[in-house]
Amino acid sequence: MSETGILKPGHINGETGTWEMVIGLEIHAQISSKSKLFSGASASFGAEANSNVSLVDAAMPGMLPVINEFCIEQAVKTGLALNAKINNVSVFDRKNYFYADLPQGYQISQFTKPIVGEGEIIIDLDNGKQTTIGIERLHLEQDAGKSLHDQHPSKSFIDLNRTGVALMEIVSKPDIRSPQEAGAYVKKIRSILRYVGACDGNMEEGSLRADCNVSVRKSGEEFGTRCEIKNLNSIRFIIQAIQSEAERQVDILESGGKINQETRLFDTSTGETRSMRSKEDAHDYRYFPDPDLLPLEFSDSWVQEIKKTLPELPDSLKKRLVNDFEITPYDASILVEEKDYVDFYQKAAKGQDGKLTANWMITELFGALKKENLTLSNSPISPENLGKLVSLISKGTISGKIAKDVFVEMMTSKNSPSDIVKDKGLEQVSDDTEILKLIDKVISENKDKVNDYLGGKDKLFGFFVGQVMKLSQGKANPGIVNNLLKEKLK
Amino acid sequence: MSDLLKFDLLSASIALKNKEFSSLELTNAYFEAIEKTSALGAYLEIIKDHSMNMAKASDKNINNGTSRPLEGLPIGVKDMFCTKDIKTTASSKILENFCPTYESTVTQNLWDDGAVMLGKLSCDEFAMGSSNETAAKGNVVNPWLKNSKMSPGGSSGGSAAAVASRSALAATGTDTGGSIRQPAAFCGVTGLKPTYGRCSRWGIVAFSSSLDQAGPLTRTVSDAALMLNSMAGYDKKDSTSANLEMPDLINYLDKGIKGKKIGIPKEYTQDGISQDIVKFYEKSINWLKESGAEILPVSLPHTKYALPVYYIIAPAEASSNLARYDGVRYGKRNEAASLDEMYEITRGNGFGEEVKRRIMIGTYVLSSGYYDAYYLKAQKVRRLIKEDFDNVFEEVDYILTPSTPTTSFELGQKQDPLTMYLNDIFTVPASLAGLPGISLPIGLDKSGLPIGIQLIANSFDEPGLISTARALERSAEFNFIPDGAAT
Repeated sequence: MSETGILKPGHINGETGTWEMVIGLEIHAQISSKSKLFSGASASFGAEANSNVSLVDAAMPGMLPVINEFCIEQAVKTGLALNAKINNVSVFDRKNYFYADLPQGYQISQFTKPIVGEGEIIIDLDNGKQTTIGIERLHLEQDAGKSLHDQHPSKSFIDLNRTGVALMEIVSKPDIRSPQEAGAYVKKIRSILRYVGACDGNMEEGSLRADCNVSVRKSGEEFGTRCEIKNLNSIRFIIQAIQSEAERQVDILESGGKINQETRLFDTSTGETRSMRSKEDAHDYRYFPDPDLLPLEFSDSWVQEIKKTLPELPDSLKKRLVNDFEITPYDASILVEEKDYVDFYQKAAKGQDGKLTANWMITELFGALKKENLTLSNSPISPENLGKLVSLISKGTISGKIAKDVFVEMMTSKNSPSDIVKDKGLEQVSDDTEILKLIDKVISENKDKVNDYLGGKDKLFGFFVGQVMKLSQGKANPGIVNNLLKEKLK
Repeated sequence: MSDLLKFDLLSASIALKNKEFSSLELTNAYFEAIEKTSALGAYLEIIKDHSMNMAKASDKNINNGTSRPLEGLPIGVKDMFCTKDIKTTASSKILENFCPTYESTVTQNLWDDGAVMLGKLSCDEFAMGSSNETAAKGNVVNPWLKNSKMSPGGSSGGSAAAVASRSALAATGTDTGGSIRQPAAFCGVTGLKPTYGRCSRWGIVAFSSSLDQAGPLTRTVSDAALMLNSMAGYDKKDSTSANLEMPDLINYLDKGIKGKKIGIPKEYTQDGISQDIVKFYEKSINWLKESGAEILPVSLPHTKYALPVYYIIAPAEASSNLARYDGVRYGKRNEAASLDEMYEITRGNGFGEEVKRRIMIGTYVLSSGYYDAYYLKAQKVRRLIKEDFDNVFEEVDYILTPSTPTTSFELGQKQDPLTMYLNDIFTVPASLAGLPGISLPIGLDKSGLPIGIQLIANSFDEPGLISTARALERSAEFNFIPDGAAT
């Protein structure tokens, strides 16, 4: 039992004590390439079934794979962004198994000699802390096709459009300790992939999927037996699946059972995992080097050339935002999550109060966009207009409260905040005589309360402020109202 | 014999250019020959209308003075080469009705150079065999001693038999462990396996990707040079294709071999070689000496492991390469209640015994727990075999060996696969090392069957291989024609 009574994420209280989760992730990221890994067929999403299939993809007799060099570059770029070792020699292997949507009868992958070796990334947790997760490897492989079992009562249909599409499999070390960390890890990887441009990270379209290896142990003990949950396509599902799988394992272990190493599927309707196949049923993939392909070889200087094309990456950008705009590391970590966030922010915050801009962007804008089901790229408020709004607040032209109304107006009308303020006469009133007039009116209308206040009911001060603000329709400068009221009621 | 059949590829090409006869006449003569020799079973598919159209087009080019290197020359194609809109079965039941929508690079090169296609030639199923007996539609008969029903060798048995029986002017073959050279030896023709990477593998039904290599079967060394000139070339569609220019081999035919060093590997003269072959091997050594070459004993110590290594690597690759014949997208399918059952019945019925045997061997040697002991070790030994050759080629220019330990045998005689595998004992080492080799006929044994001799050259030295083979060919003066040839 945890001493505070509140469990840390990634821990489960059992009858016999507290269990810790050990998690490793395999992320499959589809490379943003026009054509497939070993054929010239289009890799685009959503085309009519079997319309993007070359002779190579359909594994016609005598067809041979030819590597798509663009994909190699993307893998190397990603490897560099993961602070990983780039292997100048890597080998493509065949992973052999039979399935109707695998035309060759093998998947071309990289087994013993991947293109990218060990690396590490830093992830940001919700509590503002950071932790480092090790990368085991990154390798290139082909995607399989799609089997459709629900189109006909007795037949299955096969769509080979995905067959041969280039994937990068990014394998983490078992360094992840909670579902939340797993979520943050996937977010960070997705962010890096998008910065680099190697993958669009679109989980709904299946461009990014994860297999999660989960085991539990008592603190300080050896790793337990793990189960692999296959093919999770949202961060929410990843978090749910890991939590539920870990709980399942704790239940088994505590009732004296043993974990069977197996592959499991996450059922999104029940929120639980179920067995797909046990280790005994696991395929023997008979990996061996693909004799149709030469080993991939490249020089250090080529890697250096690729390195030069890398954009500034989230970690470095984050540091820069904290320095240049004096925002908190936590806000910075949110802003660098996506390249377009950071681009938007830098435009909006230019010449403005960085902290205030970050607040308005993260809290108000992101909130409003989410409510409207919009993204930053189709935001009705431009970065320039958000900057102007922040400027109006900083200069005291409008109060924060009025700014929220202006913001709502901006979301619908797309007008500039200064126009909205002018049109609606929302400028803040900071003129002493104007405000004094209002104060006098409030005092004369509330003589009894003034007496109570002067008799010691200090709490009534807020009431007077509220009345003045109400009278000004929210436009009075609250600071000045405060000061003048204090003077008047001495 | 029709006078037209007497021309070999080179002389026919000259005669065509000189308009002594037309391609249409020549092609017609070959169709008559094909009919006369049909009992040999060399052809699986004849495409007469298509051939005649090609011949007409060639005649037009010849008349316009725009003829290409192989203009109007009728040749046969081993059924391992995919030919657009023409049935390509690899002699297997599983592909019995398969018609590619594409043309292999090598055959396209031939048509681009003006050659006329006669049809598709039988071979062992998926090129797995040394006697042509694994072909789904039955074996081809060797035109030599035709009444004794001798094996034409394999796997390019149909190609060798067609060229020997004068029912093709030349033919394409593929060689994985000897599949061009051994049938060439058995049928008394010339068979050249180029350096691995010389000819594109694109569009050739794959057997063992790291070994498969296309090459010509012809009547003479000159014809082999002419054919390979057109077949070879870099192809960006094959990642293992060599990006190297090959010089015009015709220029190397009569370079001679004065001062060239020829190695005689001591490991290739062992028990089990027929006495006639030993006799002609010694004769060949003398002929080369007489032509001005220096003969040196050499050693290739890892030769004894070549066959076991080959029978691990080739089946391993084949087990994976043949996984695509699953009844899902093309080829034969036996319907069944479940996917696994469909695979079992389709592949069980579609593949013959030898193919199944090799798929099983290959699957076994790649399985977890056995991979290191078999496949990985075989790859290591393969490297040693290659190093043996590298060392020897420091000392000599070419290596001379018999092509086969025996001459052709009767069909149905070798039932035990291991005895059958021994046929390739002299051809497999060069295949494993990726080296070019040529087998040419140098004489007949006591029973009247042809004997082949093999020359092996260093990587990409096809020009030198051609010069040396031509020198030997001149000395051997092999002018015999089989009794099963078209008359």
